[in-house]
Amino acid sequence: MLIFDIKRYAINDGPGIRITIFMKGCPLSCVWCHNPEGVSSRKQKLYTKKKCIGCQTCVKVCPQQALTLTTEGIVTDSSKCNLCGTCAAECPALAMEISGTEYSTEALMKEIEKETLFMDRSEGGVTFCGGEPLLHPEPLLELLRKCGELRIHRAVDTTLFAKPEIVREVMENCELFLVDLKQMDSAKHKQYCGVPNELILSNLRMIAEQGQDFYLRIPLIEGVNADEENIRQSAEFLASLPWKHRTVNLLPYHDIGKGKHEKLGTIYNPKQYPFSAPSEENLQHCREIFAQYGIVTTVGG
Amino acid sequence: MNTCTAQRAPHSASNFAPSVEANAFGMNDRIKRLRKETFDAEPSLSIERALIETRFYKENYGKYPIPILRAKNFYEICRQKTIYIGKDELIVGERGPKPKCVPTFPELTCHSVEDLHVLNTRELQRYTISQEDIDTYEREVIPYWKGRTQRERIFGHVPQEWKEAYEVGMFTEFMEQRAPGHTALDGKVYRFGLLDLKERIQKELDDLDFMNDPEATDKQEELTAMAISCDAAILFAERHADLADEMALTEKDPKRVEELRKIAEVCRWVPAHAPRDYWEAIQMYWFVHLGTITELNGWDAMNPGHFDQHLAPFYEKGIAEGTLTRDQAKELMSCFFIKVNNHTAPPKVGITAKESGTYNDFTNLNIGGVKADGSDGVSEVSYIMLETIEELHILQPGSAIHISARTPERFLRAGCKVIRQGHGYPSVFNPDVYIQELMRQGKSLHDAREGGCSGCIEVGAFGKEAYVLTGYLNVPKILEVTLNNGWDPVSGRKVGLETGDPRGFATYEELYAAFLKQVQYFVDMKVRVSNYIDRMFAKYAPATFLSLFIDDCIAKGRDYYNCGPRYNTTYIQCTGLGTITDSLATLKKHVFEEKRWSMDELLQAMANNFEGAEAMRQMILNRTPFFGNDDEYADNIAVKVFNDLYDAIEGKPNTKGECFHLNMLSTTCHVYFGKVMGATPNGRLAGRAISDGTSPSHGADTHGPSAVIKSLGKLDQVKSGGTLLNQRFLPSLLKREEDISKLASLIRSYFALGGHHIQFNIVDTETLYAAQKCPEDYRDLLVRVAGYSDYFNDMNADLQADVIMRTEQESF
Repeated sequence: MLIFDIKRYAINDGPGIRITIFMKGCPLSCVWCHNPEGVSSRKQKLYTKKKCIGCQTCVKVCPQQALTLTTEGIVTDSSKCNLCGTCAAECPALAMEISGTEYSTEALMKEIEKETLFMDRSEGGVTFCGGEPLLHPEPLLELLRKCGELRIHRAVDTTLFAKPEIVREVMENCELFLVDLKQMDSAKHKQYCGVPNELILSNLRMIAEQGQDFYLRIPLIEGVNADEENIRQSAEFLASLPWKHRTVNLLPYHDIGKGKHEKLGTIYNPKQYPFSAPSEENLQHCREIFAQYGIVTTVGG
Repeated sequence: MNTCTAQRAPHSASNFAPSVEANAFGMNDRIKRLRKETFDAEPSLSIERALIETRFYKENYGKYPIPILRAKNFYEICRQKTIYIGKDELIVGERGPKPKCVPTFPELTCHSVEDLHVLNTRELQRYTISQEDIDTYEREVIPYWKGRTQRERIFGHVPQEWKEAYEVGMFTEFMEQRAPGHTALDGKVYRFGLLDLKERIQKELDDLDFMNDPEATDKQEELTAMAISCDAAILFAERHADLADEMALTEKDPKRVEELRKIAEVCRWVPAHAPRDYWEAIQMYWFVHLGTITELNGWDAMNPGHFDQHLAPFYEKGIAEGTLTRDQAKELMSCFFIKVNNHTAPPKVGITAKESGTYNDFTNLNIGGVKADGSDGVSEVSYIMLETIEELHILQPGSAIHISARTPERFLRAGCKVIRQGHGYPSVFNPDVYIQELMRQGKSLHDAREGGCSGCIEVGAFGKEAYVLTGYLNVPKILEVTLNNGWDPVSGRKVGLETGDPRGFATYEELYAAFLKQVQYFVDMKVRVSNYIDRMFAKYAPATFLSLFIDDCIAKGRDYYNCGPRYNTTYIQCTGLGTITDSLATLKKHVFEEKRWSMDELLQAMANNFEGAEAMRQMILNRTPFFGNDDEYADNIAVKVFNDLYDAIEGKPNTKGECFHLNMLSTTCHVYFGKVMGATPNGRLAGRAISDGTSPSHGADTHGPSAVIKSLGKLDQVKSGGTLLNQRFLPSLLKREEDISKLASLIRSYFALGGHHIQFNIVDTETLYAAQKCPEDYRDLLVRVAGYSDYFNDMNADLQADVIMRTEQESF
C-alpha cells in the first residue's frame, strides 16, 4: 500500500503520544483539503520550486526525457512522465519528490514499534489516517490485527465513506475512530466533497449504536458549513446519537493546504468557492448552538 | 527615527501566557522594585578588590606561607570592602560595592588598560568603568602583577605544540583566566556555623603529629588559613549588621526600621552560628556563596545544590510554629534569586577571545530529585521555587527540575508548565542516571544521592568533591586535522600527527583509526597541561574559604585544590557529537561505500566551502543518515565515537590520585569552535557553529523529538559525567493541558532510556526575528542556549543566528 507520510510524536491525532500513518487515496475530494497529495491512490510527483537549486540533475537522469528547466523551475511533461521516481531519487535538494512510498505491513510495523516507548508512557498508540484508510481494508485490517496482538492502542481517522461491513470489521479491530462531520445537506456535501453524505451519516449512527468510541471533529468553514442552519442540524443529529463523549472538536479553517497544491501542480479550490476562516464571533455562536443541544465543544487541535 | 512598534510578534502572546498575573502568589511591591533594580542595573567594574589585594600583596608577599597569605588577603577584602544594603533588601551582601558591579582578580589574570577601555565601550556585554578608575588601575594594580599572575605562570610553562593547538581552537582551557570552581554545596552549611568549624579546625591543629607526619607543617598552614577565613566571613557579616543598625537610626519608615534591625540580628548570628530559621538559612548560604566568589574567581560561580531540600526543614518548622508564612517564604526566596542575578560574571582579559558571549555565570539550582536516603526530595519549597522562577523571569539563578522515577507526576507537570512559559527554565535532569554516573566514578551511594548537577550539566558529589572542568575539546576539528594529514587548513599550521593523506585510505576503518590516533594525541596533550595547571592552583591560589565547606578538607588538613576533597575529578568536555557523527556518516556512505564522490572531490569541495558544489552539499544534507533520527546507521557511528572518546579520556591520571572522565557539553563553545573551522563533510559551511552538547546538528533531526530521544538513548550515558540535549518547541506544541502531560511523558521516556538531561526552548522564529529587529521591545526574552539561559538581546549575532537555526519542531 502507498504511504505518503509517517509522523512521530503526533499529539493531535488521538490520546497520548502517537505515530500517525498516512495512507494514500480518498473517495472524497473536499475543496479545502489540507492533504491533497492524499486524495489520489496513485504515486504523484511533488516539485518544490523554493528548494530547487537548478542543478538539472533530474533533467539528466530522467529516462523518459520528460523534464526541462524553465524560468519557472523544472517543468514535467506529464505525457512522457511515467512516475518512475528516478528524478526524485537523484534530486540533491529534495525539490523533486514522489508522494507515495510502497510499504509492506512488516515495514510499517517496524516503524510503529519504534514509538512504543512513548505510547506506553503516555497512553498513546497508532493512528491510521489518510487519505481514507478504509479504502485499503485488507492491509489496514492486517495492520490493526498486528497492532492488537502487540496491545498497541489503535485509532482510525476516517471519512466513514465506506461499505458498512468494512466499517464494522475495522470497528471490531480498533479502539477509536476519529470522524469528521462536514456538511449535513447531502447536495452541498456532494458539491464540496465530491460525494453525498447519506452513507457517512448512517455509518456514524451505526458505530454510535454499536457503542464504538469515537472523536468527532467539524472543520468549520465560513461559506461551506459554518452557517446557523447547518450547525443546528449537525448539533441535532449528534444529539440524537447514543454517544458518551458528546464532545465536538471544532477546527477553524486555515489555508495551509494551498502550498501543497503548488507542489502537486494542481489548483487549490479550482471552482473558486468563496470560503474563509470563521470569525471569532461566529465561532462563539456555533459553540453556543452546540451547547443548547448539550454538546461540549473544543476548538483547535 | 525609531521605527519599531511596541507590539510583540503574534506568537509571543502564547509564549508569555498570563500565568504570572493569574498566580495567587504574585510578586509583592518589594520584589517588583528589587526585580526592576536588578533588571536595570548596568554591569560595571569595581577596582576595589584589586586595590586592596595589590596593597596587601605588596606589603606581605613572602612574609607568610601561601595559604595564610591567601586567607589574610581574603580577610583584608572582607574588612575593607564597601558594604551595600539596598533599599528594599531582606537578604544582604554583594561581591562588589553595588549590584552587578564586578571586582577583578589580578592574581589570576590582570586586565590591561586596553582591556578596560574595550570593556567600557564595546556594544555587547559592556562593563562600565570610569577613566579615573582606569588610571588608578594602570598606576596601582597593573605594574605589580606583571609576571606574577597565574595566567602568566601557566603560559610560561606550556609546550609550543599545546599553544599551537590552543590557538587554532582545538580545545579551550578553563583555568587560564579563572580558578577551578564549578562546585555545589551540601546540607552541612545549615548544620554548622563558622565558629563550629573553627573548633573542628582547632582540634585538627591540636592533633597534628609533627613527629610522624611529614605533612604536618603543610597541614598546620592550611588549617590556620582556614580558621582565618572563618574570621573573615564572620567579620564581613558583622559589618553588614553594623550598617543595618546604622541605617535603622536614620530610617523614617518604622516598618523598614524593623526590617533593618532584623537584618542586623540575622547577620550577627550567621554565618558565625548555624541558622535557626528559614531567613537565617538563606542568609547563611548567601554569605558562604559570597565568600567563595570573593576569595577567588572560580568557574562558574557557586551553587547551593539541593536548595529546596536544605530549606524544607526550616520552612516546615516555621510554618508549624507560626513564625513564617508561605508568602514570606516566597518573598525571601525571591530576594535570594535577585541576589544571585545581581552577580554578573567577571569579564575575561584579551577581549578578542571569542569563546564567551554572555554575562552569565552558572548558579544552577537543583529542584526536586531524591534525598540522600533515596526518598523523594520534593517539598513545598520546591513548588515555591517554581513559582519564583515563573514570576521573576530573570537570568540567574539557573534552575533545573530533577525527575527521578519516584518524583511525583504533579511536580513534573508543574515544572513543564513553567517550561511552557518560554523563559528557558527549568531544564530537566535525571537523578536515576546521574547517581549511577557518580557511583561508577567511585562515590558512595549516600554521597552520590547528595550530589547532582551544577553549572551546566556536569555531575558532582555536592559538598564533597572538586570536579574540575578543564575545557572543551573540538572533536569535529580533530577530524578536520585528520583529513589534512595533521595540518589545520584554516590557519595553515601543523598541529596534529601525520596520520597519512586520506586520499590513500582504502577503507572507512583506516580513516577512523587515523582519527582516533589524533584524538588520543590531543587528549594526552591537554591532560599534561591540565595537570600542570592543577598544581599551580594548589601551590599559589589555595581556596581556604571554599575548603571549609568541602568534606574532607578540614579532616585532611588539605586545600580544595590539593586533594582535600573526598573526591577529586577532572573532566574534559567533548563537543560536537552531532557534527562529527554526521561528517563520518557522510564519508562512510558516500565516499567509501557508494563511491559517489572520491575523497579528493569531497575534500576539494570542502576546501572551497562547497562553492560551486551546492548539488553535492544538498545531496549530503538530504541523503545522508544523520544523528538524531533514530537511524541505526548514524546512531551506531555516534555510539562508537562516544565510546572511543570515553576510552581516550577515562582513567588518565590527574595530580590528585584520581583520574579524568568524559563529559559531553559545549555551553556556548560550539559557536566559537565552529568559527575556527572550515567546511565539514556533513555539509556544514565554514565558520558556522558545530552541534551543541550531544544534540543533533542544527536541522539534522527531521523526525521529531521522539526520534531524537531514541537516538540519544543509544548512548550509554552512565559512562559520562553528563550529556546535554537541547530541544526547541514551538509554543503551539504546548498549548493544551494534555500537551503538558505529553511533554511529561516525553521526558519520562527519555529518562527511561537512560537520558541525563533535556531542556526545551519554547520560542518561535518569528518572535526571534522580531526581537532582532526591535531589541528594546524584547528585553525580557530569555533564550536557552546550550547549558544555560541568556537574554536574547545580550547574545551576539552568531549566537542569535544559532538559536534561530535550531531545528523547529514543526506543528505535528
